[in-house]
Amino acid sequence: MSVTVQTGVFDAGAALSAFTQALPDAGGVVSFTGIARMDNGKTQMLELEAYLGFTEPWIETLIEEARTRFSLSGVRVIHRVGSILPGEAIVFVATAAAHRRQAFEGADFLMDHLKSRAPFWKKEHGPDGARWIEPRQADYQDLTRWTRDQTPK
Amino acid sequence: MARVLLFGALRDLAGWREQIFEGVSDLDGLRSHIARLYPDLAEAISGPGVQFAVDKALVRGNVSLSAQTEIAFLPPMSGG
Repeated sequence: MSVTVQTGVFDAGAALSAFTQALPDAGGVVSFTGIARMDNGKTQMLELEAYLGFTEPWIETLIEEARTRFSLSGVRVIHRVGSILPGEAIVFVATAAAHRRQAFEGADFLMDHLKSRAPFWKKEHGPDGARWIEPRQADYQDLTRWTRDQTPK
Repeated sequence: MARVLLFGALRDLAGWREQIFEGVSDLDGLRSHIARLYPDLAEAISGPGVQFAVDKALVRGNVSLSAQTEIAFLPPMSGG
């Protein structure tokens, strides 16, 4: 179970290989990679800020909740901060479990919470300037799928 | 002494990310201090959804601040 918050670009394929190789007994591994969108030229750069020392423990608590709720045998989260260009990976989530359903649901649960509640602040830089982004209504709506909500506040 | 950290839109509004405030003993005292020096920031940190962390733990209401305390003002989180 581990989380890394980093400024450097990462290779999601390599992260997935490393994760899978470390878990030879897993029945299934699911991964998701979130990529910065260009949005038809409206986004030239994303600036993502975290509160180091606060953001990672928040994600660790979330991982622990996912681990117990979905009986996961392994979880890996990598999250970029700093300047992110279109096409670059922002977030990587991988889950391992004995059975596929748990691995799929665990990854889905983690992403829904990372996208809406996690302690990050996101600024979009485009041709018309920069603006701070708040979660979309759809992101909050996604959270209601997990009604037994015990995420860190 | 309190080390104040600002994040997101609060940092842009204030024009600084980190500042040391001397002679404050609790969070309310710090807020009054900020209100005298930076009225716009004081108004923004009283706004909806702004949370406070003292030494990286979220707090509510007034709390006393010991020496070397780190206080972070956190605007609504956007998620990753």
